[in-house]
Amino acid sequence: MIEIAHLSKRFTASGPPAVDDLSLSIGEGEICVLIGPSGCGKTTTMRMINRMIEPDTGVIKIAGRDVTNINPVELRRSVGYVIQQVGLFPHMTIGENVATVPELLRWDSKRIAGRVDALLEQVDMDPTRYRDRYPRELSGGQKQRVGVARALAADPPVMLMDEPFGALDPITRAALQDEFLRLLYELRKTIVFVTHDIDEALKMGTRIAILRGGRLVQFDRPQAILAHPADPFVEAFVGDDRALKRLGLLNVGRFAVAGEPPAGAPAVDASQDLRDALSALLAANVDVAAVVDRQGATRGVITLPAIRAALA
Amino acid sequence: MLAQAWQFLIAHPTQFVTALGVHIALSVAALTIAAGIAIPVGIVAAHRPRAAFAAINVANVGRTLPSLAVLALVMPLLGTGFLPSLFALSLLALPPILINTLVGIRGIDAEVVDAARGMGMTARGILAKIEWPLALPVIFAGLRTAAIQVISGAVLAAFIGGGGLGDFITAGIAMMAVPQLLVGAIPVTLLALGADYAFGALQRRITPRGLRAG
Repeated sequence: MIEIAHLSKRFTASGPPAVDDLSLSIGEGEICVLIGPSGCGKTTTMRMINRMIEPDTGVIKIAGRDVTNINPVELRRSVGYVIQQVGLFPHMTIGENVATVPELLRWDSKRIAGRVDALLEQVDMDPTRYRDRYPRELSGGQKQRVGVARALAADPPVMLMDEPFGALDPITRAALQDEFLRLLYELRKTIVFVTHDIDEALKMGTRIAILRGGRLVQFDRPQAILAHPADPFVEAFVGDDRALKRLGLLNVGRFAVAGEPPAGAPAVDASQDLRDALSALLAANVDVAAVVDRQGATRGVITLPAIRAALA
Repeated sequence: MLAQAWQFLIAHPTQFVTALGVHIALSVAALTIAAGIAIPVGIVAAHRPRAAFAAINVANVGRTLPSLAVLALVMPLLGTGFLPSLFALSLLALPPILINTLVGIRGIDAEVVDAARGMGMTARGILAKIEWPLALPVIFAGLRTAAIQVISGAVLAAFIGGGGLGDFITAGIAMMAVPQLLVGAIPVTLLALGADYAFGALQRRITPRGLRAG
């Protein structure tokens, strides 16, 4: 869906390049996370996709079309854009904010109104309550929900997100991440997601591109990066607890087996991850935990050997 | 004393009405001309950092020049009368409008403009739909300041034959005639207060609802 070939960008003639011969291929429906330390070029790369920054060399294609052959304004109207500070227009209502791109595309007003309400519903904000409010009346999390709705308004196939949840507190951030993943489950979008938070990358990414000094260091699925980091930099970057992080990406329900839990065994919800299960086993100092469903009924057990085997 | 002033006024009706008319004409015209120059220049300069820097510095110098000095300096260049006065008063009104236009536009949160651009608004669209409405309250504050400055500055037009209520004030001072002086001074004060009030009310009306405090 998005082809990036030999992309380079330099901001100063003498200093190091911001982006250095970057090549990436992002499939349709993927969430491609760009991550790396400060100054690695992740945001610059993202902003070259919708030509907010013009590349020096290299080609970017969306659905086979070279972005430099498309009028930048038209290009941006067909690509969703979400930024960390959201950038809601303070003098417009929530409804007017969300309607921005459809208005630019001259949809008829009835279609726009319907679309605005549908989108607000999708991001869990009651349209009758929020449509006519102003951004300053909203919390940070609500603002970013509107930001996402606004980016989705014209139903673009591609979305660019630059640390969209970075300004939120951890609880709100986790909630929005979950909601966004759920939302994407229903929509078919190709997402380029920039973050500096490795846990967010592991949670959100179909594939993760680790950048450093403007170069691509590793581009693979989260499990693969954790299991086989390409070099010491990546090893250090993902953290020394990468085995635990790998467990964090695996679901208890998948590794549970049939069986009766011993008396006094701790209980773990089937929807939790193996890291939480391991934590429960260690805390109770046992090798077997009961796996329960949402109603609390025991469905099986999870064992320490099974957890170990999951990493093999 | 007020009674005497009133007596003076009704004894010289045409003189007063003419002076009042000239004063208002000078003020309105100067404000309009200054706005017509300063707002477009400010909008253009706001998008060019170096031009903005230069413009702000020029405006700051302009702001510190005493009004009477500007009026006096115009005389050797343009002579006396209404038009030279208008020229000088327009110059005086420029700095506050220019500065406020620059500050108003540059003061908009960068991420708001970034989001607008990233969503596919044209530069013109951003100016019309985002920058102008958001900067307008600040620009208006500049117009308000300039209006007061021009109304008071127009008093000094009397010194270069421009007419206006300053004629009564200067004559009153020269002849030590307080009633005559008051016939100039009180209406000018009322004009200034009235303009301030009117602009203030307008400013509140044009502030977008999303930006109003509370």
